[in-house]
Amino acid sequence: MDHRPQAWGRPRDDVYGAYDASYLNNSGPRTVTQSPVVTGTSVIAIKYKDGVVMAADNLASYGSLARFTDVKRLRTFLDTTVIGFGGDVSDMQFLDRHLKELATDESYEVEPTLDDEDDEESSSSKPGHLNAANLFKYLQKLMYQRRNSFDPLWNQILVAGLDSDSKPFLASVDLRGTSFTSPSLATGFGAALAQPIMRKYAGTEEDAAKLTREQAVEVVKECMKVLFYRDARSLDRYSIAVVNKDGIELKEDEQLEKQSWAFAERIKGYGTQTV
Amino acid sequence: MAMFSQNPLLNGPNYSFSEAPKFNAPEGARQHRFDPYTDNGGSTLAIAGADFTIMAGDTRLTSGYSINSRFHPKVFKIGGTTSDQSDATLVLSVVGFAADGEALKERLDAICKMYRYRHGKPMSVKACAQRLSTILYQKRFFPYYAYAILGGLDEEGKGAVYSYDPVGSYEREQCRAGGAAASLIMPFLDNQVNFKNQFIPGSGEGHALQERERRPLTRQEVETLVKDAFDGAVERHIEVGDGLQMMIITKEGIEEVILPLKRD
Repeated sequence: MDHRPQAWGRPRDDVYGAYDASYLNNSGPRTVTQSPVVTGTSVIAIKYKDGVVMAADNLASYGSLARFTDVKRLRTFLDTTVIGFGGDVSDMQFLDRHLKELATDESYEVEPTLDDEDDEESSSSKPGHLNAANLFKYLQKLMYQRRNSFDPLWNQILVAGLDSDSKPFLASVDLRGTSFTSPSLATGFGAALAQPIMRKYAGTEEDAAKLTREQAVEVVKECMKVLFYRDARSLDRYSIAVVNKDGIELKEDEQLEKQSWAFAERIKGYGTQTV
Repeated sequence: MAMFSQNPLLNGPNYSFSEAPKFNAPEGARQHRFDPYTDNGGSTLAIAGADFTIMAGDTRLTSGYSINSRFHPKVFKIGGTTSDQSDATLVLSVVGFAADGEALKERLDAICKMYRYRHGKPMSVKACAQRLSTILYQKRFFPYYAYAILGGLDEEGKGAVYSYDPVGSYEREQCRAGGAAASLIMPFLDNQVNFKNQFIPGSGEGHALQERERRPLTRQEVETLVKDAFDGAVERHIEVGDGLQMMIITKEGIEEVILPLKRD
Protein backbone atom coordinates (compact mmCIF):
# COMPACT_ATOMS: atom_id res chain seq x y z
CA MET A 1 0.00 0.00 0.00
CA ASP A 2 1.26 3.41 -0.93
CA HIS A 3 1.25 5.66 2.12
CA ARG A 4 2.91 8.71 0.59
CA PRO A 5 0.82 11.91 0.86
CA GLN A 6 0.60 12.20 -2.97
CA ALA A 7 -1.53 9.08 -2.98
CA TRP A 8 -3.89 10.11 -0.19
CA GLY A 9 -7.53 10.10 -1.18
CA ARG A 10 -6.88 8.57 -4.60
CA PRO A 11 -8.37 5.33 -5.92
CA ARG A 12 -5.91 2.48 -5.26
CA ASP A 13 -4.05 1.37 -8.35
CA ASP A 14 -4.13 -2.30 -7.23
CA VAL A 15 -7.93 -2.18 -7.07
CA TYR A 16 -8.92 0.22 -9.85
CA GLY A 17 -5.88 0.07 -12.16
CA ALA A 18 -3.53 2.91 -12.98
CA TYR A 19 -5.10 6.25 -13.77
CA ASP A 20 -5.29 6.94 -17.50
CA ALA A 21 -3.19 10.07 -17.69
CA SER A 22 -4.05 10.64 -21.33
CA TYR A 23 -7.21 12.43 -20.13
CA LEU A 24 -5.00 15.13 -18.66
CA ASN A 25 -3.84 15.95 -22.18
CA ASN A 26 -0.41 17.01 -21.03
CA SER A 27 1.25 16.52 -24.40
CA GLY A 28 1.00 18.84 -27.37
CA PRO A 29 0.81 22.62 -27.36
CA ARG A 30 -0.57 24.51 -24.38
CA THR A 31 -4.08 25.71 -25.15
CA VAL A 32 -5.69 28.94 -23.97
CA THR A 33 -9.17 30.46 -24.15
CA GLN A 34 -9.94 30.83 -27.83
CA SER A 35 -13.56 31.81 -27.44
CA PRO A 36 -15.90 32.78 -24.61
CA VAL A 37 -18.10 30.01 -23.17
CA VAL A 38 -20.47 31.21 -20.43
CA THR A 39 -21.14 34.85 -21.21
CA GLY A 40 -22.77 37.91 -19.76
CA THR A 41 -24.43 40.45 -22.06
CA SER A 42 -24.45 44.28 -21.90
CA VAL A 43 -23.16 46.49 -19.12
CA ILE A 44 -24.27 50.13 -19.21
CA ALA A 45 -23.14 53.18 -17.26
CA ILE A 46 -23.71 56.93 -17.24
CA LYS A 47 -22.04 59.80 -15.40
CA TYR A 48 -24.05 62.36 -13.43
CA LYS A 49 -23.03 65.50 -11.58
CA ASP A 50 -21.29 63.85 -8.64
CA GLY A 51 -20.91 60.20 -9.55
CA VAL A 52 -21.65 57.35 -11.92
CA VAL A 53 -24.59 54.92 -12.27
CA MET A 54 -23.92 51.44 -13.68
CA ALA A 55 -26.16 48.45 -14.39
CA ALA A 56 -25.99 44.91 -15.76
CA ASP A 57 -28.48 42.05 -15.70
CA ASN A 58 -27.96 38.92 -13.60
CA LEU A 59 -27.83 36.40 -16.45
CA ALA A 60 -24.93 34.21 -17.55
CA SER A 61 -25.72 32.51 -20.87
CA TYR A 62 -24.27 29.32 -22.32
CA GLY A 63 -24.70 30.12 -26.00
CA SER A 64 -28.44 30.69 -26.36
CA LEU A 65 -29.20 28.81 -23.14
CA ALA A 66 -30.04 31.02 -20.14
CA ARG A 67 -27.72 28.95 -17.92
CA PHE A 68 -27.22 30.88 -14.65
CA THR A 69 -29.87 33.43 -13.67
CA ASP A 70 -28.35 34.84 -10.49
CA VAL A 71 -24.86 35.95 -11.47
CA LYS A 72 -23.68 39.27 -10.11
CA ARG A 73 -21.77 41.03 -12.88
CA LEU A 74 -21.11 44.27 -11.02
CA ARG A 75 -18.23 43.98 -8.57
CA THR A 76 -16.87 46.56 -6.14
CA PHE A 77 -13.34 47.46 -5.20
CA LEU A 78 -12.41 49.07 -1.85
CA ASP A 79 -15.77 50.89 -1.59
CA THR A 80 -14.49 53.36 -4.18
CA THR A 81 -14.90 51.65 -7.54
CA VAL A 82 -17.55 49.65 -9.38
CA ILE A 83 -16.44 47.25 -12.10
CA GLY A 84 -18.93 45.85 -14.60
CA PHE A 85 -18.07 42.77 -16.63
CA GLY A 86 -19.41 41.74 -20.04
CA GLY A 87 -18.21 38.64 -21.85
CA ASP A 88 -16.79 35.42 -20.39
CA VAL A 89 -17.95 34.74 -16.83
CA SER A 90 -15.04 32.49 -15.83
CA ASP A 91 -12.59 35.21 -16.86
CA MET A 92 -14.68 37.65 -14.78
CA GLN A 93 -14.36 35.38 -11.76
CA PHE A 94 -10.61 35.11 -12.31
CA LEU A 95 -10.32 38.90 -12.47
CA ASP A 96 -12.55 39.28 -9.41
CA ARG A 97 -10.31 36.94 -7.37
CA HIS A 98 -7.30 38.87 -8.57
CA LEU A 99 -8.89 42.20 -7.60
CA LYS A 100 -9.91 40.90 -4.15
CA GLU A 101 -6.27 39.99 -3.54
CA LEU A 102 -5.21 43.44 -4.72
CA ALA A 103 -7.81 45.08 -2.47
CA THR A 104 -6.50 43.14 0.53
CA ASP A 105 -2.93 44.23 -0.17
CA GLU A 106 -4.13 47.77 -0.75
CA SER A 107 -6.03 47.90 2.54
CA TYR A 108 -2.77 47.38 4.43
CA GLU A 109 -1.22 50.33 2.60
CA VAL A 110 -2.42 53.04 4.98
CA GLU A 111 -0.50 56.26 5.34
CA PRO A 112 1.06 56.15 8.84
CA THR A 113 0.32 59.79 9.74
CA LEU A 114 -2.72 61.58 8.48
CA ASP A 115 -3.41 65.18 9.47
CA ASP A 116 -6.94 65.98 10.54
CA GLU A 117 -7.36 68.20 7.48
CA ASP A 118 -6.57 65.27 5.22
CA ASP A 119 -9.41 63.29 6.71
CA GLU A 120 -11.78 65.77 5.10
CA GLU A 121 -10.66 64.44 1.73
CA SER A 122 -12.82 61.87 -0.02
CA SER A 123 -11.80 58.27 0.41
CA SER A 124 -10.99 57.92 -3.29
CA SER A 125 -8.03 60.29 -3.09
CA LYS A 126 -6.54 59.00 0.15
CA PRO A 127 -2.87 58.27 -0.32
CA GLY A 128 -2.19 54.57 -0.51
CA HIS A 129 -5.65 53.86 -1.86
CA LEU A 130 -6.20 53.13 -5.53
CA ASN A 131 -8.98 55.25 -6.96
CA ALA A 132 -11.08 54.25 -9.98
CA ALA A 133 -8.69 55.89 -12.46
CA ASN A 134 -5.69 54.09 -10.94
CA LEU A 135 -7.49 50.75 -10.92
CA PHE A 136 -8.61 51.26 -14.50
CA LYS A 137 -5.04 51.83 -15.65
CA TYR A 138 -4.02 48.64 -13.88
CA LEU A 139 -6.79 46.65 -15.57
CA GLN A 140 -5.96 48.15 -18.96
CA LYS A 141 -2.31 47.08 -18.63
CA LEU A 142 -3.40 43.61 -17.50
CA MET A 143 -5.79 43.15 -20.43
CA TYR A 144 -3.20 44.44 -22.93
CA GLN A 145 -0.51 42.16 -21.53
CA ARG A 146 -2.82 39.15 -21.84
CA ARG A 147 -3.67 39.99 -25.47
CA ASN A 148 0.07 40.33 -26.19
CA SER A 149 0.61 36.78 -24.91
CA PHE A 150 -2.35 35.55 -27.04
CA ASP A 151 -4.15 34.46 -23.88
CA PRO A 152 -6.84 37.13 -23.62
CA LEU A 153 -9.34 37.62 -20.83
CA TRP A 154 -12.52 37.56 -22.91
CA ASN A 155 -14.28 40.53 -21.33
CA GLN A 156 -15.31 44.06 -21.95
CA ILE A 157 -15.05 45.91 -18.67
CA LEU A 158 -16.53 49.20 -17.45
CA VAL A 159 -14.86 50.91 -14.49
CA ALA A 160 -16.72 53.63 -12.55
CA GLY A 161 -15.77 55.77 -9.57
CA LEU A 162 -13.93 59.01 -8.95
CA ASP A 163 -10.56 60.14 -10.31
CA SER A 164 -7.73 61.82 -8.39
CA ASP A 165 -9.51 65.21 -8.65
CA SER A 166 -12.65 63.60 -7.13
CA LYS A 167 -14.46 64.06 -10.46
CA PRO A 168 -16.74 61.29 -11.79
CA PHE A 169 -14.71 58.71 -13.73
CA LEU A 170 -15.99 56.19 -16.25
CA ALA A 171 -13.89 54.15 -18.67
CA SER A 172 -13.92 50.94 -20.67
CA VAL A 173 -11.35 48.32 -21.61
CA ASP A 174 -11.81 45.24 -23.79
CA LEU A 175 -10.05 41.92 -24.43
CA ARG A 176 -7.49 43.62 -26.70
CA GLY A 177 -6.59 46.28 -24.17
CA THR A 178 -8.32 49.05 -26.11
CA SER A 179 -9.44 51.64 -23.59
CA PHE A 180 -11.54 54.79 -23.79
CA THR A 181 -13.74 57.09 -21.74
CA SER A 182 -17.02 58.82 -22.44
CA PRO A 183 -19.87 60.46 -20.45
CA SER A 184 -21.87 57.27 -21.02
CA LEU A 185 -20.65 53.80 -21.98
CA ALA A 186 -22.23 50.49 -22.91
CA THR A 187 -20.87 47.08 -23.89
CA GLY A 188 -22.27 44.50 -26.29
CA PHE A 189 -25.86 45.04 -27.41
CA GLY A 190 -25.99 48.08 -25.15
CA ALA A 191 -23.65 49.92 -27.52
CA ALA A 192 -26.37 49.78 -30.16
CA LEU A 193 -29.52 50.00 -28.03
CA ALA A 194 -28.71 51.84 -24.79
CA GLN A 195 -25.96 54.24 -25.87
CA PRO A 196 -28.23 56.35 -28.16
CA ILE A 197 -30.71 56.79 -25.27
CA MET A 198 -28.00 57.69 -22.77
CA ARG A 199 -26.39 60.12 -25.23
CA LYS A 200 -29.70 62.03 -25.41
CA TYR A 201 -29.20 62.91 -21.74
CA ALA A 202 -25.39 62.99 -21.49
CA GLY A 203 -24.02 63.72 -24.95
CA THR A 204 -21.13 65.76 -23.56
CA GLU A 205 -19.30 66.00 -20.24
CA GLU A 206 -21.11 69.31 -19.61
CA ASP A 207 -24.51 67.68 -20.08
CA ALA A 208 -23.52 64.82 -17.78
CA ALA A 209 -22.44 67.33 -15.12
CA LYS A 210 -26.00 68.72 -15.10
CA LEU A 211 -27.72 65.36 -14.53
CA THR A 212 -28.98 64.57 -11.04
CA ARG A 213 -28.62 61.17 -9.47
CA GLU A 214 -32.37 60.50 -9.81
CA GLN A 215 -32.31 61.39 -13.52
CA ALA A 216 -29.28 59.18 -14.16
CA VAL A 217 -30.86 56.20 -12.38
CA GLU A 218 -34.09 56.78 -14.34
CA VAL A 219 -32.20 56.78 -17.67
CA VAL A 220 -30.30 53.60 -16.79
CA LYS A 221 -33.52 51.80 -15.77
CA GLU A 222 -35.16 52.84 -19.04
CA CYS A 223 -32.13 51.47 -20.94
CA MET A 224 -32.27 48.16 -19.07
CA LYS A 225 -35.90 47.88 -20.12
CA VAL A 226 -35.11 48.53 -23.78
CA LEU A 227 -32.31 45.96 -23.59
CA PHE A 228 -34.65 43.36 -22.11
CA TYR A 229 -37.18 44.02 -24.89
CA ARG A 230 -34.71 43.47 -27.71
CA ASP A 231 -31.66 41.53 -26.45
CA ALA A 232 -32.53 37.83 -26.48
CA ARG A 233 -29.63 37.04 -24.12
CA SER A 234 -30.89 39.29 -21.34
CA LEU A 235 -32.91 39.02 -18.15
CA ASP A 236 -35.42 41.20 -16.26
CA ARG A 237 -33.45 40.83 -13.01
CA TYR A 238 -30.48 43.12 -12.82
CA SER A 239 -27.90 44.83 -10.60
CA ILE A 240 -27.59 48.59 -10.35
CA ALA A 241 -24.84 50.55 -8.62
CA VAL A 242 -24.40 54.22 -7.80
CA VAL A 243 -20.88 55.37 -6.92
CA ASN A 244 -19.98 58.83 -5.60
CA LYS A 245 -17.80 60.41 -2.93
CA ASP A 246 -19.91 58.82 -0.18
CA GLY A 247 -19.13 55.34 -1.46
CA ILE A 248 -21.07 52.72 -3.38
CA GLU A 249 -24.75 51.82 -3.27
CA LEU A 250 -25.12 48.43 -4.93
CA LYS A 251 -28.48 46.71 -5.39
CA GLU A 252 -28.03 43.21 -6.83
CA ASP A 253 -31.59 41.92 -7.17
CA GLU A 254 -33.66 44.54 -8.94
CA GLN A 255 -36.72 43.69 -11.02
CA LEU A 256 -37.53 45.52 -14.26
CA GLU A 257 -40.57 47.78 -13.71
CA LYS A 258 -43.37 49.09 -15.88
CA GLN A 259 -42.79 46.83 -18.87
CA SER A 260 -45.21 47.33 -21.72
CA TRP A 261 -45.34 45.95 -25.23
CA ALA A 262 -48.08 48.45 -26.13
CA PHE A 263 -45.72 50.16 -28.52
CA ALA A 264 -45.48 46.97 -30.57
CA GLU A 265 -48.87 47.31 -32.27
CA ARG A 266 -47.85 50.70 -33.67
CA ILE A 267 -44.80 49.25 -35.41
CA LYS A 268 -45.40 48.93 -39.14
CA GLY A 269 -42.77 47.97 -41.68
CA TYR A 270 -39.35 49.48 -41.34
CA GLY A 271 -39.24 52.78 -39.44
CA THR A 272 -40.76 55.34 -41.76
CA GLN A 273 -43.51 53.20 -43.22
CA THR A 274 -46.99 54.30 -42.01
CA VAL A 275 -49.49 52.05 -43.79
CA MET B 1 1.42 21.87 -59.55
CA ALA B 2 3.13 23.31 -56.52
CA MET B 3 4.29 20.38 -54.39
CA PHE B 4 5.45 22.67 -51.64
CA SER B 5 3.11 25.60 -51.21
CA GLN B 6 3.69 28.57 -48.91
CA ASN B 7 1.00 27.22 -46.62
CA PRO B 8 2.61 24.83 -44.10
CA LEU B 9 -0.71 23.00 -43.59
CA LEU B 10 -0.78 22.05 -47.22
CA ASN B 11 2.89 21.12 -47.64
CA GLY B 12 3.46 18.00 -49.65
CA PRO B 13 1.14 16.85 -52.42
CA ASN B 14 -1.79 19.25 -52.48
CA TYR B 15 -5.51 18.57 -52.64
CA SER B 16 -7.65 20.04 -55.34
CA PHE B 17 -10.23 22.40 -53.86
CA SER B 18 -13.10 19.90 -54.07
CA GLU B 19 -11.09 17.28 -52.21
CA ALA B 20 -9.86 19.62 -49.46
CA PRO B 21 -10.29 18.12 -45.99
CA LYS B 22 -13.41 19.31 -44.17
CA PHE B 23 -13.04 20.67 -40.69
CA ASN B 24 -14.28 18.22 -38.10
CA ALA B 25 -17.12 20.45 -36.95
CA PRO B 26 -20.89 20.48 -37.30
CA GLU B 27 -22.34 22.12 -40.41
CA GLY B 28 -22.40 25.89 -40.08
CA ALA B 29 -20.06 25.93 -37.06
CA ARG B 30 -16.97 28.00 -37.60
CA GLN B 31 -13.78 27.95 -35.62
CA HIS B 32 -13.40 31.15 -33.63
CA ARG B 33 -9.86 32.48 -33.40
CA PHE B 34 -8.59 35.39 -31.41
CA ASP B 35 -7.60 38.33 -33.57
CA PRO B 36 -5.30 40.59 -31.57
CA TYR B 37 -5.88 43.61 -33.82
CA THR B 38 -8.76 45.96 -34.61
CA ASP B 39 -8.95 49.23 -36.50
CA ASN B 40 -10.19 52.09 -34.36
CA GLY B 41 -10.42 54.55 -37.26
CA GLY B 42 -9.63 58.25 -37.04
CA SER B 43 -7.13 60.32 -38.91
CA THR B 44 -4.02 62.38 -38.22
CA LEU B 45 -2.15 65.11 -40.02
CA ALA B 46 1.17 66.92 -39.60
CA ILE B 47 2.60 69.90 -41.45
CA ALA B 48 6.04 71.44 -40.93
CA GLY B 49 6.44 75.20 -41.37
CA ALA B 50 9.56 77.39 -41.45
CA ASP B 51 9.69 77.83 -37.66
CA PHE B 52 6.78 75.76 -36.41
CA THR B 53 5.11 72.37 -36.77
CA ILE B 54 1.42 71.63 -36.53
CA MET B 55 0.25 68.15 -35.52
CA ALA B 56 -3.44 67.38 -35.67
CA GLY B 57 -5.88 64.51 -35.26
CA ASP B 58 -9.59 63.97 -34.89
CA THR B 59 -10.88 62.73 -31.54
CA ARG B 60 -13.33 60.01 -32.58
CA LEU B 61 -12.70 56.38 -31.57
CA THR B 62 -14.68 53.78 -33.48
CA SER B 63 -15.02 50.03 -33.71
CA GLY B 64 -16.94 48.92 -36.76
CA TYR B 65 -19.97 51.18 -37.16
CA SER B 66 -20.04 52.15 -33.45
CA ILE B 67 -18.59 55.31 -32.00
CA ASN B 68 -16.86 54.22 -28.81
CA SER B 69 -15.84 57.71 -27.73
CA ARG B 70 -16.22 61.22 -29.10
CA PHE B 71 -13.15 62.44 -27.26
CA HIS B 72 -10.14 60.16 -27.43
CA PRO B 73 -7.02 62.23 -28.26
CA LYS B 74 -4.50 60.82 -30.75
CA VAL B 75 -1.92 63.59 -30.45
CA PHE B 76 0.41 63.58 -27.43
CA LYS B 77 3.17 65.70 -25.96
CA ILE B 78 6.21 63.49 -25.42
CA GLY B 79 9.15 63.63 -23.04
CA GLY B 80 8.16 66.36 -20.56
CA THR B 81 9.43 66.12 -17.00
CA THR B 82 6.01 66.44 -15.36
CA SER B 83 2.76 64.50 -15.70
CA ASP B 84 1.06 67.43 -17.46
CA GLN B 85 3.94 67.49 -20.03
CA SER B 86 4.11 71.30 -19.79
CA ASP B 87 7.82 71.41 -20.71
CA ALA B 88 7.68 68.85 -23.53
CA THR B 89 9.31 69.68 -26.87
CA LEU B 90 8.10 66.78 -29.02
CA VAL B 91 4.68 65.68 -30.22
CA LEU B 92 3.64 62.20 -31.32
CA SER B 93 0.44 61.25 -33.12
CA VAL B 94 -0.73 57.66 -33.41
CA VAL B 95 -3.62 56.21 -35.38
CA GLY B 96 -4.70 52.68 -36.21
CA PHE B 97 -5.15 50.14 -33.39
CA ALA B 98 -5.71 52.30 -30.31
CA ALA B 99 -4.28 49.92 -27.69
CA ASP B 100 -1.00 49.55 -29.61
CA GLY B 101 -0.95 53.31 -30.20
CA GLU B 102 -1.24 53.99 -26.50
CA ALA B 103 1.42 51.41 -25.62
CA LEU B 104 3.75 52.92 -28.22
CA LYS B 105 3.18 56.43 -26.93
CA GLU B 106 3.85 55.41 -23.33
CA ARG B 107 7.07 53.59 -24.26
CA LEU B 108 8.42 56.49 -26.29
CA ASP B 109 7.45 58.93 -23.54
CA ALA B 110 9.26 56.85 -20.91
CA ILE B 111 12.37 56.65 -23.10
CA CYS B 112 12.40 60.40 -23.76
CA LYS B 113 12.00 61.06 -20.03
CA MET B 114 14.91 58.75 -19.18
CA TYR B 115 17.05 60.47 -21.82
CA ARG B 116 16.21 63.84 -20.30
CA TYR B 117 17.09 62.77 -16.75
CA ARG B 118 20.37 61.21 -17.88
CA HIS B 119 21.57 63.94 -20.24
CA GLY B 120 19.99 67.01 -18.66
CA LYS B 121 18.48 68.13 -21.96
CA PRO B 122 15.45 67.19 -24.00
CA MET B 123 15.88 64.67 -26.82
CA SER B 124 16.28 66.17 -30.30
CA VAL B 125 13.60 65.29 -32.88
CA LYS B 126 16.23 63.57 -34.99
CA ALA B 127 17.36 61.31 -32.14
CA CYS B 128 13.82 60.60 -31.02
CA ALA B 129 12.81 59.81 -34.61
CA GLN B 130 15.55 57.18 -34.92
CA ARG B 131 14.66 55.71 -31.51
CA LEU B 132 10.98 55.46 -32.47
CA SER B 133 11.92 53.58 -35.62
CA THR B 134 13.95 51.13 -33.51
CA ILE B 135 11.06 50.60 -31.09
CA LEU B 136 8.70 49.82 -33.96
CA TYR B 137 11.17 47.50 -35.70
CA GLN B 138 11.86 45.57 -32.50
CA LYS B 139 8.30 44.34 -32.80
CA ARG B 140 8.68 43.53 -36.50
CA PHE B 141 7.04 40.10 -36.18
CA PHE B 142 4.16 41.19 -33.90
CA PRO B 143 3.95 44.83 -34.88
CA TYR B 144 2.39 47.80 -33.16
CA TYR B 145 -0.47 48.30 -35.61
CA ALA B 146 -0.19 52.07 -35.51
CA TYR B 147 0.78 54.76 -37.97
CA ALA B 148 2.93 57.20 -36.04
CA ILE B 149 3.98 60.74 -36.90
CA LEU B 150 6.56 62.57 -34.81
CA GLY B 151 6.79 66.36 -34.87
CA GLY B 152 9.05 69.00 -33.36
CA LEU B 153 11.66 71.61 -34.23
CA ASP B 154 15.07 70.52 -35.56
CA GLU B 155 18.50 71.79 -34.41
CA GLU B 156 18.14 74.87 -36.66
CA GLY B 157 14.68 75.65 -35.31
CA LYS B 158 12.91 74.57 -38.49
CA GLY B 159 9.71 72.56 -38.35
CA ALA B 160 10.32 68.80 -38.57
CA VAL B 161 7.86 66.00 -39.31
CA TYR B 162 8.87 62.33 -39.33
CA SER B 163 6.35 59.76 -40.53
CA TYR B 164 6.38 55.99 -39.95
CA ASP B 165 4.81 52.77 -41.08
CA PRO B 166 3.86 50.16 -38.43
CA VAL B 167 7.20 48.32 -38.68
CA GLY B 168 9.48 51.33 -38.41
CA SER B 169 10.29 52.58 -41.93
CA TYR B 170 10.51 56.33 -41.63
CA GLU B 171 11.44 59.55 -43.40
CA ARG B 172 11.44 63.26 -42.73
CA GLU B 173 8.77 65.08 -44.70
CA GLN B 174 7.16 68.47 -45.15
CA CYS B 175 3.70 67.08 -44.47
CA ARG B 176 1.94 63.77 -43.94
CA ALA B 177 -1.57 62.49 -43.32
CA GLY B 178 -2.16 59.19 -41.54
CA GLY B 179 -5.01 56.83 -40.71
CA ALA B 180 -8.47 56.21 -42.11
CA ALA B 181 -8.74 59.36 -44.21
CA ALA B 182 -5.04 59.56 -45.20
CA SER B 183 -5.91 58.79 -48.81
CA LEU B 184 -8.41 61.64 -48.81
CA ILE B 185 -6.20 64.23 -47.12
CA MET B 186 -2.77 63.46 -48.62
CA PRO B 187 -3.54 64.55 -52.22
CA PHE B 188 -5.07 67.75 -50.86
CA LEU B 189 -1.85 68.38 -48.95
CA ASP B 190 0.32 67.64 -52.00
CA ASN B 191 -1.58 70.32 -53.84
CA GLN B 192 -1.88 72.92 -51.06
CA VAL B 193 1.45 72.52 -49.20
CA ASN B 194 3.86 71.38 -51.92
CA PHE B 195 1.89 73.11 -54.73
CA LYS B 196 1.81 69.91 -56.82
CA ASN B 197 0.00 70.26 -60.17
CA GLN B 198 -0.03 74.01 -59.82
CA PHE B 199 1.60 75.74 -62.77
CA ILE B 200 2.30 79.32 -63.72
CA PRO B 201 -0.55 80.33 -66.04
CA GLY B 202 0.49 80.72 -69.69
CA SER B 203 4.02 79.42 -69.07
CA GLY B 204 3.73 76.85 -71.86
CA GLU B 205 2.20 73.59 -72.96
CA GLY B 206 2.91 70.05 -71.63
CA HIS B 207 6.49 69.68 -70.38
CA ALA B 208 7.14 73.33 -70.95
CA LEU B 209 4.72 74.24 -68.15
CA GLN B 210 6.49 75.86 -65.24
CA GLU B 211 5.67 74.82 -61.72
CA ARG B 212 4.41 77.38 -59.27
CA GLU B 213 7.29 78.28 -57.00
CA ARG B 214 7.11 76.75 -53.50
CA ARG B 215 7.10 79.03 -50.49
CA PRO B 216 6.85 78.27 -46.78
CA LEU B 217 3.32 78.66 -45.43
CA THR B 218 2.46 80.89 -42.50
CA ARG B 219 1.05 79.49 -39.28
CA GLN B 220 -2.36 81.01 -39.96
CA GLU B 221 -2.44 79.45 -43.43
CA VAL B 222 -1.52 76.03 -42.08
CA GLU B 223 -4.14 76.14 -39.31
CA THR B 224 -6.82 76.94 -41.90
CA LEU B 225 -5.49 74.18 -44.15
CA VAL B 226 -5.69 71.63 -41.34
CA LYS B 227 -9.27 72.59 -40.48
CA ASP B 228 -10.28 72.43 -44.16
CA ALA B 229 -8.58 69.05 -44.60
CA PHE B 230 -10.48 67.58 -41.66
CA ASP B 231 -13.80 69.18 -42.63
CA GLY B 232 -13.37 67.47 -46.00
CA ALA B 233 -12.45 64.13 -44.41
CA VAL B 234 -15.41 64.24 -42.00
CA GLU B 235 -17.76 64.72 -44.95
CA ARG B 236 -16.44 61.67 -46.82
CA HIS B 237 -15.28 59.24 -44.14
CA ILE B 238 -17.52 57.78 -41.44
CA GLU B 239 -14.67 57.05 -39.01
CA VAL B 240 -13.58 60.69 -38.81
CA GLY B 241 -15.33 63.39 -36.80
CA ASP B 242 -16.42 64.75 -33.39
CA GLY B 243 -13.42 66.93 -32.53
CA LEU B 244 -10.19 68.29 -34.01
CA GLN B 245 -7.17 68.39 -31.74
CA MET B 246 -4.24 70.54 -32.90
CA MET B 247 -0.81 70.97 -31.33
CA ILE B 248 1.28 73.90 -32.56
CA ILE B 249 4.98 73.52 -31.74
CA THR B 250 7.01 76.75 -31.75
CA LYS B 251 10.19 77.78 -29.96
CA GLU B 252 7.96 79.30 -27.25
CA GLY B 253 6.45 75.88 -26.48
CA ILE B 254 3.48 73.75 -27.47
CA GLU B 255 0.02 75.23 -27.87
CA GLU B 256 -3.02 72.97 -27.88
CA VAL B 257 -6.24 73.88 -29.69
CA ILE B 258 -9.44 71.82 -29.75
CA LEU B 259 -12.10 72.65 -32.31
CA PRO B 260 -15.47 71.01 -32.96
CA LEU B 261 -16.05 68.78 -36.00
CA LYS B 262 -19.33 67.33 -37.25
CA ARG B 263 -20.61 64.58 -34.91
CA ASP B 264 -22.79 62.70 -37.43
